[in-house]
Amino acid sequence: MLTIATGNKAVAAAVKAAKPGVIAAYPITPQTEIVEQIAEYVTAGDLASQYIPVESEHSAMAACIGASAGGVRTFTATSSHGLLYMHEMVHWAAGARLPIVMANVNRALGPGWNTWAEHSDAFSQRDTGWLQVFVSTVQEAYDATLMAFKIAEHENVLLPVMVNLDGFALSHIMQSLETVEIGDFLPAYHLPHAIDTENPLVYGPMTGPADYFRFRWDIERSMRDARGVIADVEREFAERFGRSYGPTEDYRCEDADVIVIAMGTLGKEAEVAVDRLRDEGIKAGSMRLRWFRPFPDLDLAGREVVVIDRDYSFGFGGVLAHAVRSKTGIAPYSVIAGLGGQEVTYNDIADFVRNRHPGEETWFGVSDHV
Amino acid sequence: MYEIRIHSRGGQGGVTAAKLLALAAFRDGKYATACPFYGAERRGAPVVSFVRIDDRPIKIYSQIHEPDLVIVLDTSIMDVVDVLQGLKGDGKVLLNSAHPLPGCNGTCRHVDLTGIALAQNLVIAGSPILNTPVLGALAKMSVVTLPSVEKAIREMFADERNVKAAEAAYEELKV
Repeated sequence: MLTIATGNKAVAAAVKAAKPGVIAAYPITPQTEIVEQIAEYVTAGDLASQYIPVESEHSAMAACIGASAGGVRTFTATSSHGLLYMHEMVHWAAGARLPIVMANVNRALGPGWNTWAEHSDAFSQRDTGWLQVFVSTVQEAYDATLMAFKIAEHENVLLPVMVNLDGFALSHIMQSLETVEIGDFLPAYHLPHAIDTENPLVYGPMTGPADYFRFRWDIERSMRDARGVIADVEREFAERFGRSYGPTEDYRCEDADVIVIAMGTLGKEAEVAVDRLRDEGIKAGSMRLRWFRPFPDLDLAGREVVVIDRDYSFGFGGVLAHAVRSKTGIAPYSVIAGLGGQEVTYNDIADFVRNRHPGEETWFGVSDHV
Repeated sequence: MYEIRIHSRGGQGGVTAAKLLALAAFRDGKYATACPFYGAERRGAPVVSFVRIDDRPIKIYSQIHEPDLVIVLDTSIMDVVDVLQGLKGDGKVLLNSAHPLPGCNGTCRHVDLTGIALAQNLVIAGSPILNTPVLGALAKMSVVTLPSVEKAIREMFADERNVKAAEAAYEELKV
């Protein structure tokens, strides 16, 4: 069905289609609309899930872990301080190999108190063992949420997936949305280590160094396998529903001399900047990074690169800029922009490209250049 | 691309007006996005919402700095906010006012949305509902079509007085 919806409502619609057995969540701006809409589905009888309105995000993830350990499909949504409050459980979900899906509406961290878009919340969970995908449209929020369940539940992955969408910039804007009849795209799944009362086992016991080390390696092995699983699921999604996705979304990159790399809504707005730059004769392209974990291989040989980070690792640099540099050996022009919802337009992005200084870092609106 | 900036005060329905307008444009077969700018949300505080309408998918998420149309749901805002800032040379202005305002030139249209809402008794928590009548005025200005406006309002509101208010604004606005 073709309609118009906010990013939040799109996520909720995908969750309704995925039919999780258990949803546990605690509201936080700007994510609240997701759990409100899901609660309405459940109350109206449109979604036969157990909805657990917990008292905190830590408990939300704990409840998801318990349900998922029972072999039940589970979902939660959070943002910013909510995500950080559940941090301990975020690690646990991945370590226990539970395919939980969580929407994270990206929002800055206080203080100063700020509810606008920033990617620091998700990046603070970078090393937890969760897969992370960043979306840029209302449609993509819906599609990525549906695919997240299939990817997480694949027997070669069995890791949780975080679907990230920019606070307000995407969570609260209305765009067109085509919902689909998912048919058997998401069949019931089997968790090989699900709690089985007929065959009782010990969960979470003390684990010695040798076994612990192997468990960690097993997470990484699944992360590596996840690349292929993601590609397969995205291919199947395209065949069934006609919309294709990949680890990056490349726009006018084929013959580009300079490529802008960004994530989320800034990555989509960069395409408008690219069109402007092309009109001026600057051969620019845009590569919007969708998957942050597992981090994709990037082919940027022979190009100049401008990376926009909506995040910062204090005392080090832009997280994305350094990831690109470490993956490709290219020293990008690192632009720190959009923190705490700072206004960044396609004209600004075009300026980043026009005034680029490869190998340097600039804070938009603060440093000397730009 | 046609870009619209809506000025209102928190609680007056500016955000809902943006969503209704995007939905009506969508029902016209266009691409549309509604982007409310959320600040410190308080009733009575000046707020701004953005709508973009185009024949192609819209990739812009930033605010509208050079609008084609500015809508002012509460003209008292004009004392504190420069609503005309960045307005394109051939841009238009729609004011919720029973009278033309001095200083607003030929591109300015006005219609008494508050009066229309009160006539239909469309009042919530003491505030007249402006977001449905303003859609009728926008149909008159050919931003969207009247049938799509009526469709959009019926998709979001069950109360038929909202449609009547939109029709009344369509009739009253002089273009």
